[in-house]
Amino acid sequence: MSDLVLLIVTGLGLGALYFIAASGLSLIYGLMGVLNFAHGAFITAGAYAAWLTMGALPAGWPVVLRLLVGVLVAVCVGAVVGRVVEVVLIRPLYRHHIQQVLVTVGLSLAGVAAAQGIWGSDPRAVESPAWIGGTTDMLGARLPDDRFVYVLVAGVLFVGLLALLHLTRLGLVIRAGVENRTMVEALGIDVHRTFTVVFALGGAAAALAGALYSQYAGAVSPAQGGSLLIYAFIVVVIGGMGSLTGTAVAAVAVGLVQQLANYYAATGVGDLSVVLLLALVLLLRPTSLKGATA
Amino acid sequence: MTAQQPESRGAAVSAPVLELDDVHVRYGGSHILQGVSFEVAATGVTALLGRNGVGKTTTLKAIIGLAPRSGRIMLRGSEIQTMATSRIVRSGIGYVPEDREVFGGLTVDENLRLVAPDQGADAPVVGRLFPDLVTRRGQRAGTLSGGQQQMVSLARVLLRENALLLVDEPTKGLAPKLVTEVADVLAEVARTRPVLLVEQNLPLVRRIADRVVVLDAGAVVHRGAAADLVADVDLTRELLGVSMRREGAA
Amino acid sequence: MTSPTDHVTDHPAGVRPAGEDLVGDDTTGTPPVTLGEPTSPARGPGRLLRILAPLVGLAVLAYLPYVAVELPGVLPDRVNGPGSLQLLATCLVVGGIALSYDVLFGRTGLLSFGHALFVAAGSYLLTVSLSTWALPLPVAVLAALGLSTLLALVVGAVALRVGGIAFAMVTLAFAQAASIIVMRNPGGVTGGEEGRPLDRDAVPDLLVGVANAPYRYWLALALVVVTWVAVAVLVRSRAGHAMAAVRENEQRAAVLGFGTYRVKLLALVAGSFLGALGGVVHALVLGGSNPHLTTSEFTLSLLVMVVLGGAGSRWGALLGGVLYTYADARLVEVSNAAFLQGLPDVVRQVLSQPLFILGAFFVAVVYFAPSSTSRRRA
Repeated sequence: MSDLVLLIVTGLGLGALYFIAASGLSLIYGLMGVLNFAHGAFITAGAYAAWLTMGALPAGWPVVLRLLVGVLVAVCVGAVVGRVVEVVLIRPLYRHHIQQVLVTVGLSLAGVAAAQGIWGSDPRAVESPAWIGGTTDMLGARLPDDRFVYVLVAGVLFVGLLALLHLTRLGLVIRAGVENRTMVEALGIDVHRTFTVVFALGGAAAALAGALYSQYAGAVSPAQGGSLLIYAFIVVVIGGMGSLTGTAVAAVAVGLVQQLANYYAATGVGDLSVVLLLALVLLLRPTSLKGATA
Repeated sequence: MTAQQPESRGAAVSAPVLELDDVHVRYGGSHILQGVSFEVAATGVTALLGRNGVGKTTTLKAIIGLAPRSGRIMLRGSEIQTMATSRIVRSGIGYVPEDREVFGGLTVDENLRLVAPDQGADAPVVGRLFPDLVTRRGQRAGTLSGGQQQMVSLARVLLRENALLLVDEPTKGLAPKLVTEVADVLAEVARTRPVLLVEQNLPLVRRIADRVVVLDAGAVVHRGAAADLVADVDLTRELLGVSMRREGAA
Repeated sequence: MTSPTDHVTDHPAGVRPAGEDLVGDDTTGTPPVTLGEPTSPARGPGRLLRILAPLVGLAVLAYLPYVAVELPGVLPDRVNGPGSLQLLATCLVVGGIALSYDVLFGRTGLLSFGHALFVAAGSYLLTVSLSTWALPLPVAVLAALGLSTLLALVVGAVALRVGGIAFAMVTLAFAQAASIIVMRNPGGVTGGEEGRPLDRDAVPDLLVGVANAPYRYWLALALVVVTWVAVAVLVRSRAGHAMAAVRENEQRAAVLGFGTYRVKLLALVAGSFLGALGGVVHALVLGGSNPHLTTSEFTLSLLVMVVLGGAGSRWGALLGGVLYTYADARLVEVSNAAFLQGLPDVVRQVLSQPLFILGAFFVAVVYFAPSSTSRRRA
């Protein structure tokens, strides 16, 4: 029983990270039809931004405060990077979907390589507040505290994005654009401005995921973004491409399946079962995924 | 060709609201519009007719900037053929596409708020012309009937002060009773602003259109008064490949 | 139903109303399907050249192990030195693999991010069946090819249930799962991050050892020839025409009566078979299986090669693969060059990463010539 509680909490924590990484990806895909490979680079950028900021702040500050500032800086960096990438690289290739994807592919390769060149390919340890490594006893299980943080952040992000989508004009345009971009244009709304905002939003969420994931892993490394990105992709596909609620449900499912299978079957089975879950979803309900064919 | 606009219903002749001059549309290797030129008068309904596949929908899309086009398109004297779609629409053209294209996941009110953020279903024009939509304002547009969706699609373009409306087959797939309703709305709307209407339903054209432009194989083959075309059974058959049935639905 | 497309009219795939303006519905501007012989054979001297040029090139390449010239800065040692031949052999193998990827991407328009899966399957199944299962080489090769093709059939059957970008994501997920399994080293079979070395006793002596580098080089060259001919035959076949039709416009191909699902599955299986063959030769030439083959980065680099060389062209894919591999191996030298010494450390460190230069170059190519990156030549 205590094992199960532990697994559920760690699974939820992992799912929370997946959701944070996947939310921006899902919005970008849903609205623009762009499969953003550079999302991994955004994640990595966030992780390094937080790490560098924490290192640059006076060592006398409490770690929690430095981490908070680091995450804040990471989010800003992610938003700026996302915005720049959209304006400079994605927008001119509007209507060339494959080329947009290819550009983000090149960007992801170059981004990882640049990080490798500057900071080396080995993981660099990140500082964590003491309590992040601590545990809380609950229902007979010793639960790692950091997972609660991830779940909390993901929850706040989820509610915030839902509010944005359903209570604001921007959200209305995004929801309409996810259904039919062209018709939004044909109603006199400049949907391209929305693209930029959504890319910046996605970049910020990715950077947040990167900063938190480096806490989860205890280190930053250039390849981190790419490995988180793969799960984010799977989550987005299972969640139905462009649906925020679907993404949240899928993220939780993937996190739980992975943890439970890794524990009750064998290490590595969890990752495999995630892919089997994906295959299952595709076989049972392929029509909901037939999005952009371009 | 000189563009002589026959005025059949006595409105004062004024400058056309829209002029197309040698408009071409090419998709890859296909040359779909091959130099289309015509004018849309500043009042009443101009019907764009032709057989299936001659480029009627493409003509509307070219005007609104949704098809890659060349040539000259003037709205109230200023060129719009290089503008992006959203700017063309904001400079005064409302577009009611084929198949309605409402946002099915959004409520009726949200569909309307996209165009009029502050009013939505509260806009006076909606209450006046589409009372049904006001009562259904919270319903998802995807769950509406085809006729109701068409009303949403029409209402959207009426929320803005448009100089011209482009309406593509508004009665397609609708039951006869709804066809009449849509026709009533269109006739009402056309009293205050010009409409360029693509329509297959000839009785409807006879009822509400003032002028006709007929396309064939990507070019204009006939222009004239709607009444003249409809009255000439042979010409109708020659241009449109259909014979005018006397017991029309409209 | 959320369906992000560029079309104002948004019919379900393949189902279009028989109403008006069939063509006019398409606002993205796709050219019409062209059927028949994609590349019209040139006549007279041109035709002779087309046949002769590859043969002369092949003869020159086959002769290289007898050339003892030093090319400082271009190759690590003499042209027929073991270092140079190994580098050239690797370039050729990757060029062959890029050719196999082009069957999917350039010929059929399938943006697969999972091609590495089948290359790695060929490579690992060979090394594993040689050592763990102790199969003789011919049987091991057949087993590797057969099982890889079966895998392609299963993965393709599932992944092709979705199209376009979703297909890319799904193939990526499958490849990634394989990568994770290989890294976890289940039962000590895959060797984890170390990879699995080739069992030297199980392969002919000719393929082992520094002195036999020429034979491995010729083997790599043979792979390129086989793949080249196979792709040529495939492209000219009825199936090849169907693939081209699917690439140009899938919906119209469906209207014309091609079973697009089967055409795409055929392309995926054929490309994967050739990819697995490349993986087998890769293992033989490089003396083992490397987990790098399983990574999404490898698939992405295949994509970069094909796009840089010119998608849908045999020369393009081959040259893209060869030059990319060469650049990847030799750009490190460039970054140590004297003319870069004056630059700040950070810039030099970034420039010392071949992938940075290749990635940036790739972005530039896609960005400045977007139309050149897909459906360039049939």
